[in-house]
Amino acid sequence: MTKPLKVSIWRGGADGDYQSFEVPAKANQTVLDVVTWVQRHADATLAYRFACRVGMCGSCAMMVNGEPRWTCRSHVSSVIRDGQLKLAPLANLPVIRDLTVDMTPFFDKWQRAEARFHPSMTRRDEVPAIKPDTAARKAADAAVECINCGVCYAACDTVRWNSNYLGPAALNRAWTLVNDERDAGTRQRLAAVSGTGGCYNCHSHQSCQAYCPKALNPTRSIAGLKRAGLAAKP
Amino acid sequence: MAGPRTHLLWRAALLHRISGVLLAIFLPVHFLMLGLAIRGADALDGALVWTDTVPVKVAEFGLVFLLAVHLAGGLRILVLENFQWRDGQKTFAAAAVGVSFIVAMLFGLRVL
Ligand code: SF4
Ligand code: SF4
Ligand code: FES
Repeated sequence: MTKPLKVSIWRGGADGDYQSFEVPAKANQTVLDVVTWVQRHADATLAYRFACRVGMCGSCAMMVNGEPRWTCRSHVSSVIRDGQLKLAPLANLPVIRDLTVDMTPFFDKWQRAEARFHPSMTRRDEVPAIKPDTAARKAADAAVECINCGVCYAACDTVRWNSNYLGPAALNRAWTLVNDERDAGTRQRLAAVSGTGGCYNCHSHQSCQAYCPKALNPTRSIAGLKRAGLAAKP
Repeated sequence: MAGPRTHLLWRAALLHRISGVLLAIFLPVHFLMLGLAIRGADALDGALVWTDTVPVKVAEFGLVFLLAVHLAGGLRILVLENFQWRDGQKTFAAAAVGVSFIVAMLFGLRVL
């Protein structure tokens, strides 16, 4: 029989501490399976989030051995170190309890970045055809599959240093909308992402890209915003 | 060490920052030497004798490396941010370090 996994899990709020558990090792086990085992068999009070378990909802992200990961699709075998798993709430966000964080600052920044659709037409207008091969459509396509998991936000040092910084996910989303022909909000969006805490705070060190589980490249999107912001200046 | 602060492009950013700080520290010394040159040949020669020692030569090699790596790394970021995106930034960052090392070596071989 294989040795049990040594798992230490953050318990409590910001001033909490790690608690150790031994979890049966299995073949093809995800980090989320491990957390679920602890909650079902060792301590029912453990707080954590998940929903889809298949990498779509973006709710299961945590720090795994110091690195931000989507836990439902991170296999233990690929992230374990010296037989140990150290699980903590996602970095750069306020801890609620155990492995859950308050995502409010993350989503507030999406609003601040105008990372939402501004309609340019009414329901009575004809739906425009958007060609798949235009440069704008390709740029939007390349960045649109974000699941709002917050992994990039936890990996970004600029967020850590500057709590005002909008962060990779909100800026990435803003870039998809800048490239959306149907959207009418790019003027105020470029103003919103060019101000304090905006895209020009990004150091382009690509930690967001290195960790995005959807293999998106927020750095590329942010570079696009930087250029668009400069071009838009009177 | 584990964590987001280990991947290659993060290290490239760190190198850029450190080389920038070290160059900023070196620049006053550099200007001091230039100041000596203006004051007269004797004062400068006195200082230049000191620059003939091996540790100073090694330090000069280091400085050329810092200057080259700060320049090349900075150019990479300027191109990344101001022109169409190109994949392979890790390769570009590694090339910037490699080229800077070669430049510093060539300088070192010439002056040592
Ligand atoms: S590239 Fe920009 S957004 Fe991405 S991790 Fe670095 S500072 Fe943050
Ligand atoms: S950009 Fe990637 S890492 Fe960031 S929230 Fe979206 S899916 Fe998650
Ligand atoms: S549980 Fe939905 S993405 Fe992991």
